[in-house]
Amino acid sequence: MADWTLFEVFIRSKHGLNHKHVGSVHAADSEMAIENARDLYTRRNEGVSIWVVPSASITATATDEKEALFDPSDDKIYRHAGFYKLPDEVGHM
Amino acid sequence: MKRFDDTTELLLQLGDSAMIQAQRLCELVGGAPALEEEVALMNVGLDLVGQARNWLEYAAERIGDGRTADDLVFLRDQGEYRNLLIVEQPNGDFAMTMAKQFLFDAWHYPLLEKLCSSSDEKIAGIAAKSLKESSYHIRRSSEWIKRLGDGTSESHERMQSALDKIWHFTFELAKPCELFKTLDSSGIAPGVNDLCSDWHAIISKTLTEATLMQPEAADNNYLSGAKGLHTESLGFILAEMQFLQRAYPNACW
Repeated sequence: MADWTLFEVFIRSKHGLNHKHVGSVHAADSEMAIENARDLYTRRNEGVSIWVVPSASITATATDEKEALFDPSDDKIYRHAGFYKLPDEVGHM
Repeated sequence: MKRFDDTTELLLQLGDSAMIQAQRLCELVGGAPALEEEVALMNVGLDLVGQARNWLEYAAERIGDGRTADDLVFLRDQGEYRNLLIVEQPNGDFAMTMAKQFLFDAWHYPLLEKLCSSSDEKIAGIAAKSLKESSYHIRRSSEWIKRLGDGTSESHERMQSALDKIWHFTFELAKPCELFKTLDSSGIAPGVNDLCSDWHAIISKTLTEATLMQPEAADNNYLSGAKGLHTESLGFILAEMQFLQRAYPNACW
């Protein structure tokens, strides 16, 4: 079992629209990963649908790219729609 | 050995088999081969404890001598237990654990399916609830039979040897019993007389896919779980399971 693959698990909850990442499991293949994920992450009525993805298939951003990728959006407040005056009738948006 | 009416005997057989199978599974806490597998084994165990509670509460109600489901579990001796012999056998290696689970599931699942149309509403209700859990149990255990049987040469060898060793105890699953005959015709367990052919069909299909050899039909034996004639293994299980209630009567949380 040392050569089992790591899978990332995504669960869609009863009222949720999208699958959310909840953790990971080891398994020999994707079918077993689904069963293991069911047993680990849906014990307390958490979900109605499970996705599993081999962790190795995920391409992620690197920590040292953080500044280059995300800092430029810090000072661009005009990208938020906060300058519009909302008519009172609209209420909370 | 005191014998109850047929329906109560059936309830005891279902409740005790679930209870002892659960106790065996829970022995593996902290000792399963992988973390994921451990959680899965305990889930199955806890499902079965829940089922045992339901069956035994109803059994206690029918026996009607003031005993509760807890009393039945913790204060009966082995001659009064009605579980299948196969579930009381030691866990052995992982192949043996899964072989036992699968052979039990292949009996348990079709039995629950039939009990869903029982003329006794309580039985039908408990069966319908349990069936959902057991359909997952059999899916998982048959997957493991196939994985290990059709896996590496070592896993194949170990799974085959587990089957060969435990097969001896399948005579209770593979042959029709008197109790089921009467329960079938009375409508309490309609169709249950065909349970053995269902069991054979499930076993043959899975073992073929798993490239495993089905051992020859097991001979009848003087032992019988349904009659309270058990192997020595049950005594050891009860000694551990019942210790607290025996040593400190009425102890509670």
